[in-house]
Amino acid sequence: MNCKLDIVCETGLQFFGKMSSSNFHEIKNALAIINENAGLLEDFSNMTSEGRIIDSERLMVLARKIMKQVRRTDEIVRNINRFSHSVDDFVKRVDVGETVGFVATISERFAVMRGVVLEPKHPETQVRIITSPFFLENLIWLCLDFAMNAAGDGKTVGLITEETESGARVRFTRLDALGESSENMFPTEREEALIKVLGAYLTVNTEAGEIILGLAKTI
Amino acid sequence: MRVILVDDEEELISALAERLSFRGIEADWATNAEETETLVSENQYDLAVLDVKMPKTSGLDLKRILQKIAPSMKYIFLTGHGSGKDFEAGAAEAGANYYLVKPVKIEDLVEKMKEAVGK
Repeated sequence: MNCKLDIVCETGLQFFGKMSSSNFHEIKNALAIINENAGLLEDFSNMTSEGRIIDSERLMVLARKIMKQVRRTDEIVRNINRFSHSVDDFVKRVDVGETVGFVATISERFAVMRGVVLEPKHPETQVRIITSPFFLENLIWLCLDFAMNAAGDGKTVGLITEETESGARVRFTRLDALGESSENMFPTEREEALIKVLGAYLTVNTEAGEIILGLAKTI
Repeated sequence: MRVILVDDEEELISALAERLSFRGIEADWATNAEETETLVSENQYDLAVLDVKMPKTSGLDLKRILQKIAPSMKYIFLTGHGSGKDFEAGAAEAGANYYLVKPVKIEDLVEKMKEAVGK
């Protein structure tokens, strides 16, 4: 291979793959639950044909479980679809609080696997900037990924979006173990590359246990 | 045959346990490593069916813990991954007897269970 991928492209592709595979994994889990509960219905059906009586409430419970998983799958598919469309426009007007909430949603499995709870707090009024939706999602994820590892014993990461004079700010809070993580490890060249693309800045406040991502009003 | 099923998705594992019981397999279930360790310490199982990706303790790590408690217990791994190559390598390394990709056919699972325990 002769061409060398730009670090922004490489980081973006990795992010796209990571989020897609994680959410597809969630779909497989939901399908597995549907499969087993539908299988139970089939087992019960076979039993009734052999003359055994099955409580109708039991069947209702199984049907509800299947419907619940169908709703879960539908929500995951909608999220993947929305995520895929975030590359449609390189630059557009973006609601930052809503984007932070969305990244938290599609990252949920990573949080669960680490035993971390994500607490996004939506601003009272919309905070809108003109930026690259996909690379903003990517940079929020990279900050969140680091923040989850720095959550410490509290195992909670707060995500607070605020409006600033120059645009917006996202605070990743309650990072009790931020001081224990090596500050030199963050931001890495990947975050730095995205910061340049978005005209953003990152501040790591070890004492407050916070990472602050500042975003320009327009790029 | 007595087995223990471990997966963090309770609605999956409870239904699977009931379906196995209809097929003459006594199945207990747990949704995390701590519950599993307790059950394996208190009961004798021929086989454990472990989900690979679970919060905090992975299926592969859990197997290493359980091997110390029940050295003769056999293992089957379940994975949600569509592509099994990486998992296959991991499962082989961990000494899994078998692995299956979710969603599983109950007949395939029962067959693998019987093969694994030699019954």
